[in-house]
Amino acid sequence: MSTLTHPSGGSALSRVAKEVLRSRELAVALVLLVLIAVTTFKSEAFLFSATGWRDLLLTPSMLILLAVGQTAVIITRNVDLSVGSTLGLTAYLTGRLFIDTNLPIIVVVLCAVLMGAVLGMVNGLLVAFGRVPALVITLGTMYIYRGVFLTWAGSDRINADDMPRAFRNLGTESILGIPVLTIVALLVLGAVGYYLHTARGGRELYAIGSDPAAAELYGLKIRRRVIFAFVLSGALAGLAGAVSAARFGTVSSSVGTGVEFEAVGAAVIGGVAIFGGSGTVWGAALGAFLLVTINRALPVLGISDFWQQAVVGALIVGAIALDRILVLRQEKKLVAARDDEPTSHATAPTLDPVLPSGATPADRSEPADPGSAGTDPKEGHR
Amino acid sequence: MSTLTPESTSDSPSVARTYAAFSRPMWQRVIFSREFAVIALLIAAVVYSRSEVAYFDGPQTMYYLFRDTASVLLLALPMTAIIITGEIDLSVASTVGLTSVAFGMLYDDAGLSATTAALIAIGIGVLCGAFNGFLIAYVGLPSIAVTIGTLALFRGIAAGLLGTESRTDFPEAWTDWAKERIFEDQPYPMILIPFAVLAIVFTLLIHFSPFGRGIFEIGQNDEAAHFTGVNVARTKAILFVLSGAVAGFVGIYTTLVTGVARAENSTGLELSVIAAVLLGGVSIFGGKGALHGVLAGVLLIGVIQRAMLLNGETINVINIVIGVLLVLSVMSTSLLAAARRVVEASRGARSSGRSSHSAGKRSLS
Repeated sequence: MSTLTHPSGGSALSRVAKEVLRSRELAVALVLLVLIAVTTFKSEAFLFSATGWRDLLLTPSMLILLAVGQTAVIITRNVDLSVGSTLGLTAYLTGRLFIDTNLPIIVVVLCAVLMGAVLGMVNGLLVAFGRVPALVITLGTMYIYRGVFLTWAGSDRINADDMPRAFRNLGTESILGIPVLTIVALLVLGAVGYYLHTARGGRELYAIGSDPAAAELYGLKIRRRVIFAFVLSGALAGLAGAVSAARFGTVSSSVGTGVEFEAVGAAVIGGVAIFGGSGTVWGAALGAFLLVTINRALPVLGISDFWQQAVVGALIVGAIALDRILVLRQEKKLVAARDDEPTSHATAPTLDPVLPSGATPADRSEPADPGSAGTDPKEGHR
Repeated sequence: MSTLTPESTSDSPSVARTYAAFSRPMWQRVIFSREFAVIALLIAAVVYSRSEVAYFDGPQTMYYLFRDTASVLLLALPMTAIIITGEIDLSVASTVGLTSVAFGMLYDDAGLSATTAALIAIGIGVLCGAFNGFLIAYVGLPSIAVTIGTLALFRGIAAGLLGTESRTDFPEAWTDWAKERIFEDQPYPMILIPFAVLAIVFTLLIHFSPFGRGIFEIGQNDEAAHFTGVNVARTKAILFVLSGAVAGFVGIYTTLVTGVARAENSTGLELSVIAAVLLGGVSIFGGKGALHGVLAGVLLIGVIQRAMLLNGETINVINIVIGVLLVLSVMSTSLLAAARRVVEASRGARSSGRSSHSAGKRSLS
C-alpha cells in the first residue's frame, strides 16, 4: 500500500531485484532453461555434444537479428512485415556479389546491410509520409521485395561452391566455443539494447509508441525516428540475409518466407507490446531463442516436429493472454490501494489524476512498477 | 442548440434546428467514391485486356478467373466486416488449411460420409473463429497479435495431423461439382452460386441492418458505439465466428477443386485477401468501406493476374504489380489530401492542418 505513495521506500537494490524478478525476460529465460534441461535429460547430445552446443547457439542467430530489428519498429507502434522478403533479397545479393565480383567478404556483408537499410528506408518513408499504417505498407513492400528477388534470381539458385570457403566457414566457426554468427548477433543485440535503454533517440522511440499524439505535442521528431526504426529493421534483415547465406551455404527462392511472423512472434513472446511503447530487445531475443530451440527440441522429446508450428502459435497466444491477465491484476491492485488510502488524497492531491491513468487500458501492455507510475513519468515508458 | 427555449422554436420555425444537407448531390456521392474508382479501374482493365491481351476473351479465361479467385472472393466478405470494425484476421488461410485437412481425414480415414465430413469441417472453422473471437472480443487482446498466434497455431495443428502426407480420394460427384459450370457454355463455375448467396447475406448484414450500422460505429469509435447501445464484444465475436465458418467452407472448396487435402493448402492466402480488401477502399483504421468496392478489388487483382499470365509474365512480376497497387491505393488518401492542401494554399484559403486533413478524408469517404 505504501508503495504507492512512497515508491523509494525500499533500497535501490531491492527495487532492482523486484523489477528483475517480475520481468518477462526472466520468465522467458526460465522457460528456455527448463526446456533445454528437459531436452538434455532426454538426450545428452542436445547440449553436451560438440555439434549440439554449437547448433543450440548458432540456430537462433538469424532470428535474433530479425527480432531485434522488429522490436525497434514495434516499439514505435508500427510493424514490419517485409523483413522476410528483405532477407531473401539480401541473401541472394550476397551470393550474387560473390559470383560476379571479387569483393572482400566484409565489403559484401556491408553491401547486404546497406541494401537492407535502403529497403527499410523505403518502408520508413512510405509509413512516415503516407500516414498509412505500417501493416499495410509493409504488406505491399513484402510482395514487391519478394517479387524483385524472384524476378532477379529467376530459376537459378546460389550454391555452396559459388561462395568463398572463408565466408562459409563463418557459418560454422567458433571463437572460445561460441559460434561467430552468434557473437555477431549478440553484439548487435547489445548495441541496440544499450541504445534503446539509454540513448535519447531510443527513449524517444518508446515515447512515440506510448502516445504518438503526446510525442508530437512534446516536439519529438516522429517522422525521423520512425524512419530510423525501419532503417534499423531493414539493415538487420540485410545482415540476417548475409548470415543465412553463410550458415546454409545456399540461397534458394524460398529463403525467408514466413519468417516475418516468426520475428513478430518472438518479440511478442518476449514481452514487446504489439501496440508499442513497451518491451525490450533482450526479451525479444530470448523469445527468438525460445522459438528456435523449441523447434529443435520437439523431435528429441519424441513429438513429431510437424507439431512445432502449433506449439509456437500456442506460445504466442499464451504469452499475450498472460500479459493481459497480469495487467488486469495490476490494475485491480492499484485501484484497491488507492481506495484504501484516503489520507494520501489529502497530503498529495496531485497524485490522483496520475494514478488512475497508470491503470487505464491505454497502458495495458505495461506491467509497470506500481511506485514508479505515480512519481516518475519518465519511468512509465519502460 | 439546447440553449434555445421551447417558445423560440415553436414561434419561429425558421430557426428550428436543421441538419446539414449533404455537400454534394446523391449521384456525385455515389460516383465520385473510392469504390467506383476501383470499379472503373476494373472495367478499364477488362476492356484493355480484351483488346490487347491474346486469348483473354477465350472461353477458358473467365472460367479460370472466377474459379481461382473464388476463395479470395468468399474470404473477403467477412474480412471486410472485420476490418471495418478496426480489427484484422490474419488466421483465415490457416483455418482454410486446417479445415481442408480435417475434411480429407474425416472422409478418407474416419470413413464418414462426405456430407458429415463437410459439416464437421465447417464446425471446426466455426470453432477456430470462436477461439479468435473470444480472445479478441471478451478477453480484449489485440487482434493482430492473437491472429498472428492462431495463424501459426491452426496451420500447426493441420501440419501436426497430416504431416507431409495428403489425402486425394474424394467422391467424384463432389469434385465434379466444384469444377462444373452453371450453364454449359458459360464461363461461370458452380462456386459462384454459394458465393452469390453469401454475398447477398453479407451485403444485407453490413449495409442494411442495425448490426451492420454497429460494425461501422465500432470502427469509428468503439466506446461511442458502446454508449449508443451496440454490443461491441458480441458484434466482434460474431464476425470472427462468421470468418471461421466461411474459411471452413473455403477449405472444403479448395480441397475439392484441387483434389488434394494438404496442410499447406492456401498458405499466404490471408495476405491476398487483406490486400484485395484494402485495395477495394476499406480503411485499415476501420469505420469505412463497402462491399462492392471490395469485390471489384478482388476481381481487379484477378484480372491483372490472368492478363499478365497470358502475356507471359511470371508470377513474380505480377506480385510486384499487386504490391505497388496496394501501396498506391492506400497512399492515395494522403496523396489526394496533400494535393488538396496545395490547391487550397494556392487559393489563399486559410486552413489549419487539421481541417484540411479532415477535408481530404471526407472527399474520399
